[in-house]
Amino acid sequence: MSAAIVGAAETDSVAIQPDKSALQLHAEAAFNALADCGLTIADVDGVLCAGQSPVSVVEYLGITPTYIDGTSVGGCSFMIHVRHAAAAIKAGLCSVALITHGESGRSRVGMGGWGSSKQMPGAQFEEPYGVAGPPTRFTIPILRHMHEYGTTHEQLASVAVATRRWAEKNPRAMMRDPITIDDVLNSRMIAYPIHLLECCLVTDGGGALVVVSAERAKDFPKKPVYVLGTGESSEHSMISQMHDFTESRAFKVSGKLAFDEAKIAHKDIDHAMFYDAFAHTPMFALEALGFVGKGESGPFFEAMRTAPGGDFPLNTNGGGLSYTHTGMYGMFAIQESVRQLRGEAAAQLPNIRTSIAHGVGGMFHAAGTLILTNDERA
Amino acid sequence: MPKRPIPESTPETEEFWAGARRGELRIQRCNACGKAYFFPRPFCPACSSKNVAWFTASGRGKLYSYVINYRPAYGFQDYVPYVIAVVQLDEGPRMMTNIIGVDPTPENLPIDLPVEVTWEKQDDTITLPIFRPIGAAS
Repeated sequence: MSAAIVGAAETDSVAIQPDKSALQLHAEAAFNALADCGLTIADVDGVLCAGQSPVSVVEYLGITPTYIDGTSVGGCSFMIHVRHAAAAIKAGLCSVALITHGESGRSRVGMGGWGSSKQMPGAQFEEPYGVAGPPTRFTIPILRHMHEYGTTHEQLASVAVATRRWAEKNPRAMMRDPITIDDVLNSRMIAYPIHLLECCLVTDGGGALVVVSAERAKDFPKKPVYVLGTGESSEHSMISQMHDFTESRAFKVSGKLAFDEAKIAHKDIDHAMFYDAFAHTPMFALEALGFVGKGESGPFFEAMRTAPGGDFPLNTNGGGLSYTHTGMYGMFAIQESVRQLRGEAAAQLPNIRTSIAHGVGGMFHAAGTLILTNDERA
Repeated sequence: MPKRPIPESTPETEEFWAGARRGELRIQRCNACGKAYFFPRPFCPACSSKNVAWFTASGRGKLYSYVINYRPAYGFQDYVPYVIAVVQLDEGPRMMTNIIGVDPTPENLPIDLPVEVTWEKQDDTITLPIFRPIGAAS
């Protein structure tokens, strides 16, 4: 255990804010996280960010760091940044690492281009077929999982229902009205088998983290959140090239790395944040990370074990499905893990010692996993 | 026919697109490990051997998975809902495509449905492989 998160904060709002650019959201989150740990921007010597290049972010912040990392592989980039920050600090490349996320995902202010090229593999072999963003590509594996394991529409819908029950407890969550399985299955069809209420929100916002060495962690105002285990991987850039549509290889590699490093058992995980871009994403995570066997996630969710009162509290902020989803949601999953471990969450769990935050990048393209603890003896 | 975004070939994919213009599904096979693969690369993604060769695939395969899309991409507004599918070729590799020649309903599209390639010419350089159930009218 070499590093700890000592500063963590989101932007003031995580809803719809057309009055702020993406870079502005990076900076707002950065300053909030620095204030959270009593540091100033002058103390920062490492900058890690996604979506925007580090050169844009450091220019905007007015600093000249000794370590930069622009790993930008989608919503799990921030899990990977924590991993890289811990390694960089251990190697002496920086001492105060600032990880920033800011995205005008809904209002599209200052977002830059998509960098589209007619010659990239995805442009040649997927885009001609009428794909229209993640709802048409990320979702293609679902029917294969249903076919091979008997996963049902009701089981998929139950993910959205359980997650909404957490959002009901969170005043910052965008969608807080209770929903039922029928509500989900009767919501507008987006791309069969996925309905509107099984798709994440699209919002504007950001978040930031400050990471230092574990030795220094107790010098800061808030309870440190130690980085116990980390993992990362990537598998493909085109969903059609995913090796097995019923499991993510990237999830499996990343999850195993994190558990091997943390040296704890699955039963010792008190709280989980699994990136929920769509209802099936946390199902795939539950299986790939080894919490259940292959194909067993459907009945697990249907039994409401992840909902308030269940034995596997998951996505306790309301998730990408009901809390916020700027586009690269992983930062918000980590923020909720930190809040739970500090005892600051809106739907606070009692006696929590460990949390796992697992992110997906793109459409099963990449993965990042963090196992965090508030126990310095861990 | 939907107005599709027309791609541009790159050096390692030109043979695929040249084959498509002739109505041939050209993919590659590794002479070292024997595996067929797609998308085009000048080496085998399974074993890294550069001893690879182009061949014409049968054009037959199975429906591996899909969505029926109700939120159209630009150019597809008049074709909703439409099927965005991944097909597993009989030779092994998978590719994205559309399924035509059948009403887009789950009942008509069981997983592993046998399908075959047909061709949709876009312009003088790009012709796209599209799949239909075997036996369906074109």
